Amino acid sequence: MLAIFIRDLRLSVRAGGGALIGVIFFLAVVATIPFGVGPDLNLLSRIGPAILWIGALLACLLGLDRLFQADREDGSLDLLVMESDRHMLALTILIKCLAHWTASVLPLAFTAPLLGLFMNMTPNAIGATTLTLLIGTPFMAFIGAAGAAVAVTLPRGGLLISVLVLPLTIPVLIFGVSASYAAVNDPAPFLPPFLILSALTLFSAVIGPAAAALALRHATD
Amino acid sequence: MRLVAENLGGERGGETIFAGVNFALARQEALVITGRNGSGKSTLLRIVAGLLPAAQGMVRLEGGGEQHPTLASACHYLGHNHAMKATLTVVENLAFWSDFFGTRARDIDEALDMVGLPGIGHLPFGYLSAGQKRRAAIARFLVSYRPVWLLDEPTAALDTASAERFGAFMRAHLEDGGIIIAATHQPLGLDGAAQLRMDADA
Repeated sequence: MLAIFIRDLRLSVRAGGGALIGVIFFLAVVATIPFGVGPDLNLLSRIGPAILWIGALLACLLGLDRLFQADREDGSLDLLVMESDRHMLALTILIKCLAHWTASVLPLAFTAPLLGLFMNMTPNAIGATTLTLLIGTPFMAFIGAAGAAVAVTLPRGGLLISVLVLPLTIPVLIFGVSASYAAVNDPAPFLPPFLILSALTLFSAVIGPAAAALALRHATD
Repeated sequence: MRLVAENLGGERGGETIFAGVNFALARQEALVITGRNGSGKSTLLRIVAGLLPAAQGMVRLEGGGEQHPTLASACHYLGHNHAMKATLTVVENLAFWSDFFGTRARDIDEALDMVGLPGIGHLPFGYLSAGQKRRAAIARFLVSYRPVWLLDEPTAALDTASAERFGAFMRAHLEDGGIIIAATHQPLGLDGAAQLRMDADA
């Protein structure tokens, strides 16, 4: 199992792996917002957490279409499915999701503090947003895997995956952003939305890979 | 250990392409599947591998024991694709499959020597020629052990010397108590293997 984690990590940092595409896209989205909104510093700092979250969500969607498609094209997926008696397929997918998250999504959480400065956010808000991104973005990888598995046979399934996955990510967006706001605005409590966010991620870690395994089993023709 | 197919039928896109295929293979036996293009050779192999559902009948492994509870878990499968990553080196690719499959049989260097690719393990898989890729994919069979080999045109793109060497691997695997099912257009050097012609009734 460690073997597949290391392999996927290597693949995404080698040439053409595209681990950095998400970061650059994230940077582009967040950096354009102040030009559109205007130089109202109060407004920017108020919408900052929401912009960072939306940017990160969209950036998460970028690499998803290759999650299983690359394995399908070179025949690896057949062998992963055939091995499902030894390594449960859902577990294999969970590991693949974790590798995808580590390589393509974790860098987003590390870029978020820098981009928070663009949005005139307070250190407190930057810290809270980074923390909620760290906890919330695995949800994107797990639920995204289910979408990617459904669309694996389609040659250009990227758009379909976005359409399938984005509605499902609304809950994490709501609780992630409200936890980030709560850290700055005093009366609102930070912990309840944060715990719900953590629960959503844990929930998706079970549902997403199981659903993806089911979809992949029917995609091997 | 016996591999049994009873009244097996396959379909692609809702159209039946073969039906009523029967065979039974014990240890040390091989089956060579021949037939024109589109006669269902690859489909049959994928049904045996458990990657496609059988339209009718069934195929099963008897006496696999605890180590091989299902047919798919006892199989090595070589399809048209090599299941190797172009950006990883040959050694990295083989090391991954060797770890993932478990049941280590040989060192990677030794397997590469056997398929005639010594000294190229450090190259990315994508740099190899078509025949070298095929040989590296065959090395995957040698680094970890599985009793049943499913081969879909294994000698395509191989030169004569490599094809003969591969024939020797297959004979050694059979002598070791393995089972081979191969779909092919070329003679594989498997004397005494059972023959199955897919277009016999077409």
